[in-house]
Amino acid sequence: MVSTRAAGPTSGHAAYEVVRRVTDPEMPMLTLDDLGVLRGVEIGGDGRVVVRLTPTYSGCPAVATMRDDLVRSLQEAGFADVHVELVLSPAWSSDWITARGREALAEHGLSVPGPALRHDGPVPLTLAPVRRAVTCPRCGSASTEVSSEFGPTPCTALYRCQTCWEPFEHVKEI
Amino acid sequence: MSHDPETSTQTSPYEDLYGGGDAAHWAFGTGFEDPLAGLGAGEAAAVPEGVSPRDLATYSLMLADDALVMSHRLSQWCSNAPELEDDVALANIALDLLGQARLLLTRASAADPAVVPTLPEGSPVPAEDALAYFRGDQDFLNVRLVEGEDADFAEAVVRLLVFATWRLALLSRLRDSSDPVLAAVASKGVKELTYHRDYAGRWFVTLAQGTEGSRARLLAALDRLWPMRPELTKGHAVESRLAQCGVGVDPTTVGDEVDDVLGQVFAAADVARPDAAGLAGVQGRTGRDGLHTEAFGRMLAEMQVVARAHPTGRW
Repeated sequence: MVSTRAAGPTSGHAAYEVVRRVTDPEMPMLTLDDLGVLRGVEIGGDGRVVVRLTPTYSGCPAVATMRDDLVRSLQEAGFADVHVELVLSPAWSSDWITARGREALAEHGLSVPGPALRHDGPVPLTLAPVRRAVTCPRCGSASTEVSSEFGPTPCTALYRCQTCWEPFEHVKEI
Repeated sequence: MSHDPETSTQTSPYEDLYGGGDAAHWAFGTGFEDPLAGLGAGEAAAVPEGVSPRDLATYSLMLADDALVMSHRLSQWCSNAPELEDDVALANIALDLLGQARLLLTRASAADPAVVPTLPEGSPVPAEDALAYFRGDQDFLNVRLVEGEDADFAEAVVRLLVFATWRLALLSRLRDSSDPVLAAVASKGVKELTYHRDYAGRWFVTLAQGTEGSRARLLAALDRLWPMRPELTKGHAVESRLAQCGVGVDPTTVGDEVDDVLGQVFAAADVARPDAAGLAGVQGRTGRDGLHTEAFGRMLAEMQVVARAHPTGRW
């Protein structure tokens, strides 16, 4: 999992130590690194820091905020010349959320994604409701139902627990 | 909305929200240092060997305009859908398509900057916004299916089902494009469209097998929209040329898959495939040639009015 995430050297220098602490603007319990959207951090001989970022979904409106947060954090840490580059390939997958990221999501009442579907050949049509083994992040009940495949952010679906009746968000497999 | 550090006061509740006075989050006219800019420069802007830059730009505009116009129509459902969940779902789908459109508009402008409308000197509008907000209706190359105003929720469902089925068939093949940007946009888009198609397919079956009223509305919507179906897989000379050089997908090759998938939905919904003839063009010209329906001009006017009123505006 981790090996597919890094597109370049991402550790062992001061800029990475700053970048790896930057959190997701919509799920602040999660760092961008744990979300798997950080694709590389490089520092050139001239001190220029290049951070590569990939969006979760094509229209993710948080990308501009992520970019601003990265630039601001690095500038506050003394890196004057910062460039954030958007990379599209390979496309982000929920499989890239780290184990630590999954723990953080669960601790904050979000349900973590299962393995993403592979989309190599023709994509099968699914007319029945999606069946996921989703347990309620609050009471642990396995009796849950999806209320919408589309949640308040592009990366989540809406669920409801049929035991404690609390609604919750499930981070979608993609 | 103004966030000029000269005039904003210390007491403004928004002062420190985003730090540094960078308000790139808001709306049209604010994102001038958008992260997408990187996709229009350097290596990413290179046009594959043997491909006409104008053709690549035109092809990118076709795919971009389909997504942009569909996105706008879907976003008109916001606060109007039958349930809050569907408001959210349609807005999410619109957002995915808007994201695809922005990437593709940026690709078009990088492949051939000549396709970007010229704006007054000093205008800070980036190429993707210039293409979205400053082209006239005849410069838009979207298919006519996406431009109509939905009469009811059933029509939105049918339109989205046909659109997502067709676009998923196109983009799943476009993942093998020799243009790395188109291939990357397609790989991402396939994952998103899979959710869109399933959503529309489930609602199609639900409405068909719901009440007499829901079924009647669904069948009426299908009859209204079916004449737009042939245009989707008719093919345009630019699409055909780009398919031949491995950059694009020839829509004439996805017709069977589209009909097969729609057939599965029709069977599950117990709905007969309509046999209406295709909507005529004018002397063979259709959406891909810039020929559009009357509803499109009104939609575009609403979508573009603010941008066009302030071509040099900063927000």
